Amino acid sequence: MSAAPPLRRTSPSRASAAPARRSTIRRPQLFAAWALIVPFLIVFAAMFLVPLGYAGYLSTFTSQLVGGEVFSGLANYTRALQDPSFWAGLGRVAMFLFVQVPIMLVIALFIALALDTGRVKGGKFVRLAIFVPYAVPGVVATLMWGYLYGTDSGLIAQLFRAVGLDAPTLLSPQNILGSTMNIVSWEFIGYNMIVLYAALRSVPTEMYEAAEIDGAGAWRTAWSIKIPAIRPAIMLTIIFSVIGSFQLFNEPNLLYSIAPNAIGSDFSPNLYAYNVAFKNQDINYAAAIAFLLGFLIMIISYVVQLATARKERLS
Amino acid sequence: MKRTHAATTLVSLAVASTLILSGCTPSAGGNAGSTTAAVSQADIDKAMQTPTTLTFWTWVPDIQQEVDLFEAKYPAIKVEVVNVGTGTVQYPKLRTALKAGKGAPDVAQIEYQYIPSFRQTNSLVNLQPYGGDELKSKYVDWVWNQVADDKGVWSIPQDSGPLGNLYRSDIYSAAGLSQAPATWADFASDAQTIKDKTGSYISNLPGNDPGQVVGLFWQAGAKPFSYDGDKTVGIDLDSAATQKVVKFWQDLIDKDLVSTDADFNDAWYQGFSSGKYASWQTAAWGPVFLQGTAANTSGKWTAAKIPQWNAGDDVSGNWGGSSDAVITGTKNPIAAAEFSKFLNGDAESTLTFANKQFLFPTTTDTLTSPDFTGQASEFYGGQKVNELFAGVSDTVSTDFQWLPFMDYVYSSFNDTLGTAIADKADMSSALTAWQDAVVAYAKQQGFTVK
Repeated sequence: MSAAPPLRRTSPSRASAAPARRSTIRRPQLFAAWALIVPFLIVFAAMFLVPLGYAGYLSTFTSQLVGGEVFSGLANYTRALQDPSFWAGLGRVAMFLFVQVPIMLVIALFIALALDTGRVKGGKFVRLAIFVPYAVPGVVATLMWGYLYGTDSGLIAQLFRAVGLDAPTLLSPQNILGSTMNIVSWEFIGYNMIVLYAALRSVPTEMYEAAEIDGAGAWRTAWSIKIPAIRPAIMLTIIFSVIGSFQLFNEPNLLYSIAPNAIGSDFSPNLYAYNVAFKNQDINYAAAIAFLLGFLIMIISYVVQLATARKERLS
Repeated sequence: MKRTHAATTLVSLAVASTLILSGCTPSAGGNAGSTTAAVSQADIDKAMQTPTTLTFWTWVPDIQQEVDLFEAKYPAIKVEVVNVGTGTVQYPKLRTALKAGKGAPDVAQIEYQYIPSFRQTNSLVNLQPYGGDELKSKYVDWVWNQVADDKGVWSIPQDSGPLGNLYRSDIYSAAGLSQAPATWADFASDAQTIKDKTGSYISNLPGNDPGQVVGLFWQAGAKPFSYDGDKTVGIDLDSAATQKVVKFWQDLIDKDLVSTDADFNDAWYQGFSSGKYASWQTAAWGPVFLQGTAANTSGKWTAAKIPQWNAGDDVSGNWGGSSDAVITGTKNPIAAAEFSKFLNGDAESTLTFANKQFLFPTTTDTLTSPDFTGQASEFYGGQKVNELFAGVSDTVSTDFQWLPFMDYVYSSFNDTLGTAIADKADMSSALTAWQDAVVAYAKQQGFTVK
């Protein structure tokens, strides 16, 4: 299959070539290579590794307003694992993962396939129109949707009243998760659509011709040729979305000012860590929550990748 | 061996210098918390003539006009005004700067309820040696108790928010009511009348505003918090007085006579201009605020005293208000203290605060000044609103305290009682949940809970 990820194909050969290359490389080249890499390494260490290490270090202390900081090993981690607020937040992002991500990606994929057939009138405009929400800053998008959702004066409520129906309470505690999912989908369908569409454009057209000759219709071509051909791109959007849902923060944090009681302080694990750090003044515990969340994201991303790698081998 | 030796030398040097410093220079205090001797007038004069730059963190708009007054009087002192954000945005930044040991301002605006949290970390300079005690008589009693106790004077009061009741006289008369409710019992029966005759809610109780709810507790005589300035706190959020308040509002909410919209957002502003709410139990800063948000209802509002729990009483609570504290680590504590005292004590400065920025005064002079009380407000049909609230200020119960971690208390309100209000759920048990959460947090933070 032509669209297999390039990395995977080249990595074995690179590994075997490495020892040979080391012996043939000349000193000035080595120097140049290091000179090019070192600036990145310095910034990477200073801006990523050091803060990460510091956060890890902080997470092993317990700080109290009275008594100060004491080394406490993994106590913050066991506390987080027993913290209902942490689990409630995780539960919500899990809902996000299993409800919002599939809906968003299916819609994005559908639009990408539709555009790819070339049968959509004004395809360029549609593509742009669907992509534009991604260019709108998340802050603006959330505030805008917040106004639309308003119970008394929001546009949606007004439309419902205009036709004589009861206005839905989109900002109530029961509905806020769905409302947030809607905002995130609105923001990211365009982005995912572009990724998938770009992948579709790189599929060799001979395959379609061959399929057509074999008598496959548009649906059949999409299902049996296009989707398998762009599987790496689909995987990419899934992984990004998984990470994105676990990192949910902007939307609930902004909706908090509009619907404070519906959001609460522990809507998502990130929001909870933020509130623990800056409202409860417990930076150490917040660091532990952040680390736990990081581990979880790593594990889940790895599982998703493993699952797909296995599928690819099977197919 | 060598390193240990060096360390020992360092320690002994440090001890020696501490001894020398504390022995010889009693009044030169960067860390003025430990200073007890009063600063002499000569020291003050000298400090005020030495060229100095002070940094002042505040979120009061247009405060430069008061700062200008100060700089005109003390040309040697320059004050740099920095707005790093409002209240809960500023405090984390202040804490971070204090922790880092640099970048903290000389003077910072701090709301009354957050003073104990900065005291607990020894971040406020005790203003007693800087003439703090002599100021007591200038300020309203209950306000002074917010910034001072028997251990020191921790800040200078800037503004306050005694509770009153702003109501739509047009909606009231449409419902056949001629005056504001005198008691909460009247309030409840008026609520039914107003709903039946006009369809409006008599009021709105937001689930996101612990400040207002605590103000209502305060008015009902509750004393939910106490703090000894060290390690002991008292938490009594679930008491007879607070349960009384909560049950009262629960009843009105259950009967759909009071709405529970979140406050200070667009929908809520529109609630005032559209007549959804017929009154607002608010602080003394409320009248001018309302004027800005519901301009189309000008002339239809009247200010009244807050309803009483017992007929014939005249007691109020407080909601909001700020002070200006001198922050530990300042290199110019004298100039900083003089600045805060001038800003919030000088007749012209406090009157400007009151009449230009509409900060409700804390000094008895300004509260009784005809320039302040005499102003008739068109929005309130020509009523002298300031005069009314100036009278209310004297009726606020004087010994209300706060906990040294109000950030948590307030965010936990939103998760417990606040959610129950917004969801129209059981507020009484939510109050208990709030109490439990705050006690658990206090213990976990190492405080002794009385």
